[in-house]
Amino acid sequence: MRNVGSVIAGRNEEAAGALIGYLPVGFPTLDESVEAAVALVENGVDVLELGLPYSDPVMDGTVIQAATQQALANGFRLAHGFEAVRRVTERVDAPVLLMTYWNPVVQYGVDRFADDLAAAGGAGLITPDLIPDEAADWIAASERTGLDRVFLAAPTSTDARLRKTIDASRGFVYAVSTMGITGARSDVDRAARTLVGRLREAGSPASCVGVGISTAAQVAEVLEYAEGAIVGSALVKALADGGVDAVGALAAELARGTVRQ
Amino acid sequence: MALRAQTGPYFGEFGGRFVPESLVAALDELSEAYALAKLDPAFGDELADLGRTYTGRPSIITEVPRFAEHAGGARVILKREDLNHTGSHKINNVLGQALLTKRIGKQRVIAETGAGQHGVATATAAALFGLDCTIYMGEVDTERQALNVARMRLLGAEVVAVKTGSRTLKDAINDAMRDWVTNVETTNYIFGTVAGPHPFPEMVRDFQKIIGEEAREQVLDLTGALPTAVAACVGGGSNAIGIFHAFLDDADVALYGFEAGGEGVETPRHAATISKGRPGVLHGARSYLLQDEDGQTIESHSISAGLDYPGVGPEHSWLAALGRATYRAVTDDAAMQALRLLTRTEGIIPAIESAHALAGAIELGTELGRDATILVNLSGRGDKDMDTAARYFGLYDGGER
Repeated sequence: MRNVGSVIAGRNEEAAGALIGYLPVGFPTLDESVEAAVALVENGVDVLELGLPYSDPVMDGTVIQAATQQALANGFRLAHGFEAVRRVTERVDAPVLLMTYWNPVVQYGVDRFADDLAAAGGAGLITPDLIPDEAADWIAASERTGLDRVFLAAPTSTDARLRKTIDASRGFVYAVSTMGITGARSDVDRAARTLVGRLREAGSPASCVGVGISTAAQVAEVLEYAEGAIVGSALVKALADGGVDAVGALAAELARGTVRQ
Repeated sequence: MALRAQTGPYFGEFGGRFVPESLVAALDELSEAYALAKLDPAFGDELADLGRTYTGRPSIITEVPRFAEHAGGARVILKREDLNHTGSHKINNVLGQALLTKRIGKQRVIAETGAGQHGVATATAAALFGLDCTIYMGEVDTERQALNVARMRLLGAEVVAVKTGSRTLKDAINDAMRDWVTNVETTNYIFGTVAGPHPFPEMVRDFQKIIGEEAREQVLDLTGALPTAVAACVGGGSNAIGIFHAFLDDADVALYGFEAGGEGVETPRHAATISKGRPGVLHGARSYLLQDEDGQTIESHSISAGLDYPGVGPEHSWLAALGRATYRAVTDDAAMQALRLLTRTEGIIPAIESAHALAGAIELGTELGRDATILVNLSGRGDKDMDTAARYFGLYDGGER
């Protein structure tokens, strides 16, 4: 399996940039979430983010909250996350990151979590409520296992914090494109362009923009200045409304935005 | 180092800032503003003046001998935070954070609330200072505390009924944090308890520690000695840390926090976080919490909305780990019986939250005996709980309504 950094670099050579797709594990069922993730890759998504449902998802908007609450109500367990990674990476060769709030990792054991994720074929973690300042255990575990670490950068982050985030990250830096939580917005925020410019100036090799992207045109707009475009809520909504076929079709549509203009 | 000198972000292995990067700038701004305010005598003077002329500080202490007959004959002394303007200790913290909001120059405040006391206090401060105010409250709590919802709206606040998760305090905090992430440039989050990310545990404690500072002197004046034990209820833990703090380095004074035991700590329906939980990360801090094997937060239960929270402030987790404070659980029923007992013996109707501390004092008095003096933080008054009490005791005409 190829690593996240090389896939993103490759897509920036051969196309306008990378398309990164998010779906929660276990929604609407574990099997369907695996099928949907495979469908994303088969329809042009370059890197997968699989979200682990969590009881207190402070960074998620209503669409993703509803999906992850349903997954929890259906009996989601952490072990399903590793199972999903293994089943997806057996079928497609896109790198798979897990996106998880921090407490489940702490309770599982940071080292054990890293070992089991690596054994399942996972590429690394995106940690929305873990800042590098609190991440010493995870940085050590990911150094040991070679997993990627994706930390978030915000428009309000100082230059010093951006440098710290870039230094701590491996794979890419996740630029939050509006000040808001996840959820489709009609316009991708201007602030994202400024933030990615600041990240590049501070030495970031790859910045991907998430939060608010739902159309191919927005993907293309983001890829004018960022190395990757991250789509979440729009895919979850398509899966909820129309199942695996619909989410595959939306992925194919969004992937048109990665074609170099 | 003196225990009283401990500051954030860490209390031993507890505390920290487990938050989205989007909030770090706001937390830094708040930390810096608070650090400057602490050094500025004008800030302390203004807060103390508000305490005197608006809250009604110092709050009195009341010895309750008829109640104490049921507590092993120990002397029982109540610190009367129930007499504060707005009816609980919450106003102490809110006025401090509202003054900070003015200093930072933001025009909008948000807050979470469980029982509604922190929401009412925040809406009150917003009215006093002319700030826009939005209060997040779990839908379950808006139903059981409808009177406080009306109070907040009368004060000009928008009350948002939170319909996600367990629809109680923890979910109200989630939605308030989402609001803050979205509107951080215009909005300050007035957090109600000593939980959450740094600087909240330290800052809220500092605004509440006046309770113990006053009470320590008042008890000394009344009895000529420090109390044997100090008792307080613990949800997030702000009234408890407020009364404990002045006594932390008085090694002979025992400190007891009483958590909500709900239907019993042997059942799944309780909110006894330290008694039954284990360390983890929730709402920005590492502390004890009620969680399952996978780290999913377990829904808490308490008859008292203000204690119905599956987390607890990190300084309490630290004091528990050090063995400096002891945490026990009090059931819904024991709290309700204590509520009625204080009402009947002393003519003081406590909040159900505070009734947990009273039930704990009955237990402690029985253990410690007649020579003991127990200082209890009566953190709030029971007006808001009349409907719950009337149903519990069948006080409406026709029995249970």
